[in-house]
Amino acid sequence: MSKKIMAVDDSASVRQVQKFVLSSAGFEVLEAKDGKEALARLTTTPVNLILTDLNMPNLDGLGLIRGVRASAVNRLTPIIMITTESDDAKKREGKAAGATGWIVKPFTPDQLLAVVKKVLG
Amino acid sequence: MSALDTSQFAATYREEASELLGDLETSLLELESRPDDEDLVARVFRALHTIKGSGAMFGFNDIAAFTHALETAFDEVRQGHIPASREIVSLALEGKDLIRAMLEGDADLGKEARERVITALQQITSPAHAAPKSPPPAPKPPEEPARTYRVTFRPNHDILQDGTNPLGLFPELLELGRGEVTATTADVPKLEDIEPEHCYLSWDAIVTTSRGMGAVRDVFIFVEDRGALEVRVVDDGTETGDYKRLGEILVDRGQLSGEALDSALAARPKLGAILEEKGLASREAVAAALKEQQIVRSARADRAKAAQHDGQSVRVPAEKLDALVDLVGELVIAEARLRQVAARCDDPELFTISEDVERLSAELRDNTLNLRMVQIGSTFNRFKRLVRDLSGELSKQIELVTEGAETELDKTVIERLGDPLVHIIRNSCDHGIESPAVREASKKPATGTVTLKAYQSGPNVVIEIQDDGAGLNPEAIREKAVARGLIEADAKLSEHDLYQLIFVAGFSTASAVSALSGRGVGMDVVKRSVEALRGSIELESRRGLGTTIRIKLPLTLAIIDGLLVSVGDGRYVLPMSLVEECVEITKEGVDQAHGSHLVPVRGELVPYLRLREWFREGGDRPPIEQVAIASAEGMRLGFAVDDVIGQQQTVIKTLGKMYGDTEGLSGATILGDGTVALIVDVAGVIRTLTTSSPPPV
Repeated sequence: MSKKIMAVDDSASVRQVQKFVLSSAGFEVLEAKDGKEALARLTTTPVNLILTDLNMPNLDGLGLIRGVRASAVNRLTPIIMITTESDDAKKREGKAAGATGWIVKPFTPDQLLAVVKKVLG
Repeated sequence: MSALDTSQFAATYREEASELLGDLETSLLELESRPDDEDLVARVFRALHTIKGSGAMFGFNDIAAFTHALETAFDEVRQGHIPASREIVSLALEGKDLIRAMLEGDADLGKEARERVITALQQITSPAHAAPKSPPPAPKPPEEPARTYRVTFRPNHDILQDGTNPLGLFPELLELGRGEVTATTADVPKLEDIEPEHCYLSWDAIVTTSRGMGAVRDVFIFVEDRGALEVRVVDDGTETGDYKRLGEILVDRGQLSGEALDSALAARPKLGAILEEKGLASREAVAAALKEQQIVRSARADRAKAAQHDGQSVRVPAEKLDALVDLVGELVIAEARLRQVAARCDDPELFTISEDVERLSAELRDNTLNLRMVQIGSTFNRFKRLVRDLSGELSKQIELVTEGAETELDKTVIERLGDPLVHIIRNSCDHGIESPAVREASKKPATGTVTLKAYQSGPNVVIEIQDDGAGLNPEAIREKAVARGLIEADAKLSEHDLYQLIFVAGFSTASAVSALSGRGVGMDVVKRSVEALRGSIELESRRGLGTTIRIKLPLTLAIIDGLLVSVGDGRYVLPMSLVEECVEITKEGVDQAHGSHLVPVRGELVPYLRLREWFREGGDRPPIEQVAIASAEGMRLGFAVDDVIGQQQTVIKTLGKMYGDTEGLSGATILGDGTVALIVDVAGVIRTLTTSSPPPV
């Protein structure tokens, strides 16, 4: 069974790219447009990996990470946060909140796959 | 990895960015009237952030670079460093228009305007944050010489909590180059103390790579804050001298104290090192020799381990084992009682315990019985001497071949088997194997062979004694049997049935009683001994080719599978191994049979007897009786009982002197409720019936 990845980003185009890249690599990709929608689904749906933007309306990436880590279903699921090079403080905050790793935007498809592979082991 | 083309998503980006620009405009206009609204600032920042981030991903680098300046400015606003002034909002609105122009057309248009906006923004924002934040892309590290790195990673216990899979790190590390990874399990606590979500492992790795320290560290980039990582160069790729000794490495790693190493080394220097230093042997030669030593040592160590494993035994007096088997028997009985009580009480908890005890006692029983199993080989060995002596005495050339000496049997069975086997082998040598002259005349090798073979077959062990002698003479047997009144002169018997006559009491085929075979002890004694072990014996013979005697024995004597039946108030056990099936007879059926004790079983009439009558139990027969069809002594006999209660593990207890010789009983057992059930000696009953009342002439 292919592994499930939840891609959370308020940018439809980013999600589209992620979906394209990850499904080409054999993953099943679920999408959510913000932290709130993602968390609602992640409290019931187990996934193998969560890929989340940090800056999002409703519930931001940090809130999502904290929420997921406090949930039952995806408590131990790896989370990759998508940061920008200017977001070093955010990155540390996210790591402290329980993110597994990060990828710096902009990223190439190969970089995305490399990080996903690294985290999924 | 194949590069994936994401340019197909550029249209989506344009659309999305266009929408975001619309939002941005609305937010900025609102912000102009409500400059303190944090939500509005956040919305503006997010819009810019997304336009920038996605833009870079789809190759809109100019948009990304320009938007970055706007984003930086609004990050300052967001963090409260600068106010959302009319000036900054104006610049943002102008910037928004410039972005749209870039989205829709030539990026060169408005280049000057963009530069002006950027400069203006930089003047507004605080100097600390104004510095252009576009770090030059990290240049690809130049190819370095291949260095060897020692990587130690000791993760915190909670590393798994953030979804990290530390196991994934090492394959990634080894992608950098050749290496070895060793997991340290010393910190893994006892099973009951293990927190399943804690990581107790740590790792030592050695990797040789030309990608540099940075690449090695990058593997652990996500986990640096989740444990202690140490990366050290242990070989810088230039040194050509010998590497550290084992002890030095261990001390270097902090896994051995210097004093401990010194005291260990004080013992004596290594020969290889001396030879090498003095130039008496080349380094390669020593290394090759050391390799040989290492390989041979490990092979020998394996063998030693296996041998140690084999030889690791404890000698225990047989009585202790017997006592243990007795106790296990008692436990099995107590367990049966517990099971009965549990079934009655309808208490699920008690029932669960009873089930556990049942399982445990069954395992204990099997293990204990297994302790009594010994290899038959030791018994085999004593026959070698016997056959050698017999050869001399009988002036024959006989060789004993044994097979399956490792076959295991209950100690008691093996002990009691010795005498019957001696008898059979004597018979084979004495009567079976011909003299060398006779053998040569019939074109057989002068040396005769007696083969003693043991093997396991299901729940039984089979022992075969085979000789390549003359075989039995059916006519001679017939004559003797008739002469001794065992069969009628005109009795029609198959060759096979004739052969079985030699097991009948008083039959002896030897025309002269030899000193060795002894006097008056025939094969009937052998047969009784085997049956006392709940075994069976049969004989096959081919004239001129030889005779095979096959003894089938149960693996153990102490506990059997029994069929528990009831007659009136009495309980009896029939050995399950002998019971073929159970049928019913009704009162009408019995009446119609006119007193004949025959029951139809699958189209065949089988004689039966009533245990009630045999053991003189009181009470009346039920309208429907159960008949357990058992087979022994080459015939089938039904045992009519009131009821068949069921199958159960039966611990055999001897009856003691007083009842030991009771006909038809081979022992007793204690049932779950404490009452005693008698074990029916099926073969004995059949024997009594067939010998005491010979068919009318």
